[in-house]
Amino acid sequence: MSLFIRLWNEFDDRAGFSGTLLPVIRHPVPPRLGWEYVLGSATLISFTIQVLTGIALALMYVPSAAEAYNSLQFITNNAAFGSVLRGIHFFSASAMILFVGAHAIRTFLTGAFKYPRELNWISGTVLLLLTVTMGFTGQLLRWDQTAVWTAIVAAEQAGRIPLIGKSLAYFLLGGENVGGATLSRFYAFHVFFVPALIFALLGLHLFLVIYHGISEPAKPGKPVSPKTYRTEYSQMLKDRGVPFWPDAAWKDAIFSTLATIVVVVLAIIVGAPALSLPPNPSIVGAVPRPDWYLLWVFALFALMPPAIENVAIFLLPLLGIGIFVLTPFFSNKGERSPLRRPWAVGIVIIIVVMVASMTIAGAQAPWSPDFAAKPLPVSIIGTSSGPVYQGAQLFYEKGCEYCHMISGQGGSRGPNLTTVGTRLTKNDIIIRIVNGGVNMPAFGGSLTSQELSDLVAFLQSRK
Amino acid sequence: MSEEPSEQTNIPPNPELISRRQFFNRLILALLAVGGVLMGIPFIGFLFEPLIRKFTPVWRPVGAVDKFPIGSTTDVSFVDANPLSWSGVTANSAAWLRRDSETQFTAFSVNCTHLGCPVRWVAGSQLFMCPCHGGVYNKNGEVVAGPPPLPLPRYPVRVNNGQVEIQASPVPITAPFSLP
Repeated sequence: MSLFIRLWNEFDDRAGFSGTLLPVIRHPVPPRLGWEYVLGSATLISFTIQVLTGIALALMYVPSAAEAYNSLQFITNNAAFGSVLRGIHFFSASAMILFVGAHAIRTFLTGAFKYPRELNWISGTVLLLLTVTMGFTGQLLRWDQTAVWTAIVAAEQAGRIPLIGKSLAYFLLGGENVGGATLSRFYAFHVFFVPALIFALLGLHLFLVIYHGISEPAKPGKPVSPKTYRTEYSQMLKDRGVPFWPDAAWKDAIFSTLATIVVVVLAIIVGAPALSLPPNPSIVGAVPRPDWYLLWVFALFALMPPAIENVAIFLLPLLGIGIFVLTPFFSNKGERSPLRRPWAVGIVIIIVVMVASMTIAGAQAPWSPDFAAKPLPVSIIGTSSGPVYQGAQLFYEKGCEYCHMISGQGGSRGPNLTTVGTRLTKNDIIIRIVNGGVNMPAFGGSLTSQELSDLVAFLQSRK
Repeated sequence: MSEEPSEQTNIPPNPELISRRQFFNRLILALLAVGGVLMGIPFIGFLFEPLIRKFTPVWRPVGAVDKFPIGSTTDVSFVDANPLSWSGVTANSAAWLRRDSETQFTAFSVNCTHLGCPVRWVAGSQLFMCPCHGGVYNKNGEVVAGPPPLPLPRYPVRVNNGQVEIQASPVPITAPFSLP
């Protein structure tokens, strides 16, 4: 026996690893688990990467309202490996959100949340929510212009909650204004509070995975019956079970390694998420946007009917989260296979399509005025003098172009006016401009009659 | 798991011992509660410190009266009422200031009442437009399009020694169902 093995055996004898931990990682699992079982471990690995890169970033990040932005500039532009490290932290966060989402979908579709794994589901859904919380608070730690407005948006949302709304809003900001306390709070939430909760729930979640065992692949016509499930499951493990390590774990290892490679390559090629202007709330030219995984919520707030919004802003998340977390209470027995659960499949398709389409809508934000719109060039106007030309200048100066597109330039809030001259008569155009219309303010008060007639001449020439 | 401790330790059940154990059991829980309260009050109190801290509005100068032409609306910046000394640029706030007459000014909050994003003044169309969800207000801060539930809040403003002063106030939060 080599010296190394002898030393290890002595150490292991005193430490007790083989007696306690080995049986845990070699616990029996159902045979032939497919690739859909790797999503949980992939989430765990991306979380581990977040912890490691987060600790590394904390070496240089200064959680001070005045200095955080400068320290991030240094980390990104000067520090060796800084940009890559921030990139990994960002892309691994994105990966973690994707994996935890996919893991939840897989668990739901295959009915793995049913008896006796209800608590696995509940702890898992809370972990998913905490993951999104980490993403949100993490975006805030970028502490640029977008971050301070994101903090205010969060406070405004909290404000809609009955009774405690206003207090909660100022609680989040750490005072009545964004300031010195705001970043420190979000830093404490992102680095201590939420991770502590994640570690605790992750411990419970993993314990439950071992305690109840990994759910066997769902078979149509093989419903879960709480009376017999446990006996059948342990008999199946006795007859056909294989050790998790290494019979099942090799798939987890391959998938997580591939995911890590993708994250690192993206971090090297794309780099760290860019910082916008400094976190000065007195610069009003900001266009705050959430990171990609919350764009759908951003879209939801723009698209829901304003009349229900004050209530919906707090009630919708409450209902959605409630139903999500408490899913096992609606059905914890019966068929597990998605082939026998058309409603489950339908719900997942609806949610995925809804979130995906609202994410796209959020990225385009057609409801926002396009402040970046440029004056129309002569090539589009078609002339460089006269009322039509003057009207085109007014179309830009009066802000029409922020909301209306002409020949591919301008915003998408209102109708595209590229060919408005063919649709509307002179009188129609005048009436709309002067009185406004659905979601269009009245411009009668801010235009002279000369301006109005130039603007109408320009719009009539759009054919 | 449910075995009697007396079986494990081979001590015969004894009423005196059971009541002694019960006492220890309660003692430990009581001590935990004492420790929890001792640690919990300062912890929770500190967590909610921003709500306990007293906010006092402060008048802040934003520029000489002559700087603002009558009828104009411009963005002005000022320092928050009670900034912490390490706030840096985050201690700044902004407002849209309109000069109505020789002596009259109106100061609008820059925070959209929908979700707080900074509205922009578009002078050409005499509108405030929000970059987030498309809220639009007229020059008096009244909602003319989009989702905002309330008009733009106004800040107290005054002229003092030839200086326009705005009362630095809390970030306006739209809290329709909240206690004051």
